[in-house]
Amino acid sequence: MSSAHGMRAAFKGTLGKFTLDAAFTAPAAGVTALFGPSGCGKTVVLRCIAGLQRFQDGAFEIDGDVWQNREGLFLPTHRRPLGYVFQEASLFPHLSVRKNLLFGAPRGGAAKGAIDFDEVVELLGVKALLDRSPRNLSGGERQRVGIGRALLSQPKLLLMDEPLSALDRVTKSEILPFLERLRDRLSLPIIYITHDFAEVERLADHVVLMRKGHIIATGPLAELQSDPSLPLAAAQDAAVSLDGIVESYDARYGLVTLAVPGGRFLAPAPPAPVGEHRRINIVAEDVSLSREPPGPSSILNVLPARIVSATPLESGELTVVLALGAKGEGGRILSRVTRKSWDQLGLAEGESVHAQVKAVALGARRDAPA
Amino acid sequence: MLLFVATPLAWWLARSHAWFKEAISAVVSLPMVLPPTVLGFYLLIVLGPSGPGGWIASLWGARTLAFTFTGLVIASILSSMPFVVQPIRNAFAALGDRPLEAAATLRASPTRAFWTVALPLASPGLLSGAVLGFAHTVGEFGVILMIGGNIPGRTRVMSTAIFDYVETMQWREANILAGGMVVFAFVVILSMTLLEKRFARARA
Repeated sequence: MSSAHGMRAAFKGTLGKFTLDAAFTAPAAGVTALFGPSGCGKTVVLRCIAGLQRFQDGAFEIDGDVWQNREGLFLPTHRRPLGYVFQEASLFPHLSVRKNLLFGAPRGGAAKGAIDFDEVVELLGVKALLDRSPRNLSGGERQRVGIGRALLSQPKLLLMDEPLSALDRVTKSEILPFLERLRDRLSLPIIYITHDFAEVERLADHVVLMRKGHIIATGPLAELQSDPSLPLAAAQDAAVSLDGIVESYDARYGLVTLAVPGGRFLAPAPPAPVGEHRRINIVAEDVSLSREPPGPSSILNVLPARIVSATPLESGELTVVLALGAKGEGGRILSRVTRKSWDQLGLAEGESVHAQVKAVALGARRDAPA
Repeated sequence: MLLFVATPLAWWLARSHAWFKEAISAVVSLPMVLPPTVLGFYLLIVLGPSGPGGWIASLWGARTLAFTFTGLVIASILSSMPFVVQPIRNAFAALGDRPLEAAATLRASPTRAFWTVALPLASPGLLSGAVLGFAHTVGEFGVILMIGGNIPGRTRVMSTAIFDYVETMQWREANILAGGMVVFAFVVILSMTLLEKRFARARA
């Protein structure tokens, strides 16, 4: 099987006592998050893709370009058109910030349509740092330069190995917006490693879930979040991230109306132009259910939905998967209810309900835990 | 001369995973432990008319490399090698893999990564290797005496000249030369220390 579009990765081998057996495909567009607990082999997979680690039984291709296969083809790292952002920026201490940024840039200027030096400097806000030495930069500044340096090597694929994990909470929340802008402004596929699901919720389009050297699931973010057979939906802070389009903005109340497949959400937000994409994170615990449309209430979001499934948790609560829309034709969200409510309402799979979400719960953008 | 031989050797010793690399490293370090007469003795055999050195010398019509200036240079390179290789090797090893990996992900070929990343980052080690090597070469005595034969005007160096002066009771000349070498050694060591300090400060 060969696919001209998308990435195909498969690596199998052992490193000391650790066994890796990971194969996945992902679209060669947007952010693919490689998510799993520390030590599950995410970094090894990334190093294999970069060619920094070599397993005989390994293969990787992107958009039809084969970087490595089982027949012995193996491009050395410096011949792979990739950018790599290390956990600690790993800048060259003997070069200025400007020279670090330009280290991997093609000689004789970049081709047309390429990533431009001034654009990167502006995007990452490093203009004031250009003539300084990396030694005098803060952790966050260093990481931004590291990202810029990788971008300016004109990669076809950007690999990021927990770029935020070495940073403190404040710096993290400083850099996340840069990463979001990067994702939205450059059409560059990114593989992003993290063990912090809050980063996945904010950045990822596609997710590869890893555990102990194996891949347990892969798919679009919202699909995995709402899959009751995966540990994500059973977690205490289970949530679904939906991408919506801004339909209108109510400046008087500071509320934005977002259209998502199968419904509309009102959420507090800074002013946003109509037509722009916004992501909302709907936490299962913030979603309650009722059989009849409720009367006047402070809850602004009441959406008709259909119950897809209900999975009991050890705590005695239920994780309910809902499909938005009167006929259940829209996107899926999760609701966490007690067994008592479930029984009192006499709910069952396939029935129609009204899902209620407080608008306030959609506005509070949860900070990445430190 | 020393740096040209020692840098690649140190690079290989620091980066290679070959099983015999520590054996090579031990061989390179031998002159540090052995009395100079042992090294000198073997060099005499190797460089002499019946050794490979003699064969090489015959290429340009000479009979032997022993007791010549070329032989002297070879001998001092070998005996000073450990003092040069060690600091450079340590400097390369201290770099770790990361800077070179980072260079590779930025399309730098291994050669380019060596010249633009590894060498500049290891420059303090190279500097102390160069100074130590130079100083040790000047201070070398035993091997030089054996392989060079202390022939005036051809293979006589400062350290052996002093030996001659003392042997022949020329105290004044001996004094001038010996004093000069003490001052020279002092200046070399002091400037090396100061340079290293400046490097350290520039890098802090």
